[in-house]
Amino acid sequence: MKSVLGDRRAIAILLGPALLVYTLAMLVPVVWSLGYTFFKGNALEGFRFAGFDNFARLVADPDVHEAFTFTVKYAVLMSLGQVVVGYALALFYVFVLRRLSSFVRTLVFFPVVIPTVAIALLYQKLFQSAPRDGVVNELLVNVGLGSVDWLGAGDTAFVVIIVMDLWRSMGFYGVLIYAGLLDIPEDILESARLDGARRWSLFRHIVLPLSLPILLSSVIFSLNGTIKVFDSVLALTNGGPGTSNTPLTLYMYRTAFAYGDYGYGSTIALLLTIMCFAVTVVIFRSARRDITA
Amino acid sequence: MATLTDPPPTRTAPPVRPYRRRRRSAGELVRRAPVGIGIAVLLVIELYPLFWLFMNSLKSSQEFISTPSWALPTEFRWDNYATAWETGSLATTIRNSVVATVPSLLLIILLGVAAGFALEVMVWKGRNTVLLTVLAGIMIPGQMILLPLFTIYFNLDLTGTLWPLIITYTAHGLPLTVLMMATYFRAIPREIFEASTIDGASIVRSFFSIGFPMVRNAVFTVALVQFFLIWNDLLFAITFANRKDLNTIQAGLLNFSGEYGALDYGPLMAAICITVTGVLVLYLFLNQRIMQGLTAGSIKG
Repeated sequence: MKSVLGDRRAIAILLGPALLVYTLAMLVPVVWSLGYTFFKGNALEGFRFAGFDNFARLVADPDVHEAFTFTVKYAVLMSLGQVVVGYALALFYVFVLRRLSSFVRTLVFFPVVIPTVAIALLYQKLFQSAPRDGVVNELLVNVGLGSVDWLGAGDTAFVVIIVMDLWRSMGFYGVLIYAGLLDIPEDILESARLDGARRWSLFRHIVLPLSLPILLSSVIFSLNGTIKVFDSVLALTNGGPGTSNTPLTLYMYRTAFAYGDYGYGSTIALLLTIMCFAVTVVIFRSARRDITA
Repeated sequence: MATLTDPPPTRTAPPVRPYRRRRRSAGELVRRAPVGIGIAVLLVIELYPLFWLFMNSLKSSQEFISTPSWALPTEFRWDNYATAWETGSLATTIRNSVVATVPSLLLIILLGVAAGFALEVMVWKGRNTVLLTVLAGIMIPGQMILLPLFTIYFNLDLTGTLWPLIITYTAHGLPLTVLMMATYFRAIPREIFEASTIDGASIVRSFFSIGFPMVRNAVFTVALVQFFLIWNDLLFAITFANRKDLNTIQAGLLNFSGEYGALDYGPLMAAICITVTGVLVLYLFLNQRIMQGLTAGSIKG
């Protein structure tokens, strides 16, 4: 039977507008941006052809190496943190709090919706050391440790970035993974319990294997977001102190708008895009092997 | 509130085993103690920073120098809020955020749900290619489309308006929306739509009269996700709407902190507080739907 679901006019009506917007404001700019990588200059001053100069510069640029290292370090640590803490929260909701979890879920989720700039400015003040200590340093001083110039050094500023973003996003991963855990059929859990599985063995042999798919999606989701980290770092430290905590996204932004170099900016953006695709493809590949093995 | 927020018990919440409920011995209390501690720790971690923020937003600039930051304000300086509202031009930034977000959201939903339907329910050659092309957009970072779009908007003379934001948000939000909607539509048997057209309705009509209402809850979830993504965007906001009168809440707050934040903490804290309270109020109204929506995704609501 030639189905009505093959109606070409209907497909055009339903899909056309979305595809048009997507093509004009996403696909065309992506290709256009690829074109920029072979040029030097910007929209106001004009462009001149630069061949592969931008790529040569990208490979040799120590600032790119630093930004790349920061991005990878941040993405790996942050994704690990988000999924581990999110999973812990989800297990807490499902197996410990059970029906009472909605209040805690609601509360822990709240920072997810707060604008990142507001959170970053709040954390600047919480971790402040001059002119007066913020509340974190006051706590450290009171338990006998010294006050720390958190945002004054690269390593400690990185800690603040991680703490802040984890605080901001853990509620989201908690709920995301919680939703996945609810899908585990109750009769499987019940029969495992009847077979004598308790706590750890129930978790190790039943819950953990069954939650792998949702954990996998969370990792992909998380890595894809964390590689693109921009606003929280920009608002908290502006990439500083110096350039020690500058992600690729921010370095690209500066290159394009502070130094007016669209060509090199696009080259950095391309590196970022390749990283996003690579992460997803690699994870999907390895996951498929795991599941079929 | 607690009961309302809970998903329907029969399908979602793991049933509480009754025989455990009845036994409330001392051992049970000891066993439950870590739970209480866990909840308390979470409460402090989540709420104390916000409480601290609120208290500090009510302090005078003198107090920031002379008293520890955890101390409560000696007198409540509500005028910090008036100062923040005025110098931070919060009325303008809030208006800009609303004007940029609402149309983007409506467009994303209308276009995204229809596209998800066409790509998942309709049967045609090449739909997998198109679906993959659209889904690839999820991975594309904003930086990759930023410069060409800036050039385009500049040449179209749109830079003095909020149109660049609306267009960019719509296009950038579509891939995730299409993915989510395609997933929801996958759970609905195609026969339902075929059957509805036997009565003479065209498939486009049955999309609007049957398909769209069937995924109403999913649409709500998708809209919420997109709302917060757009509302909290900074990259596009500072690129395409960097003029002061076009600043959104995020960009405005950043500029406010840069200009006045180092001088006077009270009003800055007050501005942050206003921003947080705005989403808090919205969140309190919507959190039940947010939680239901996010969990319903997995139960094919």
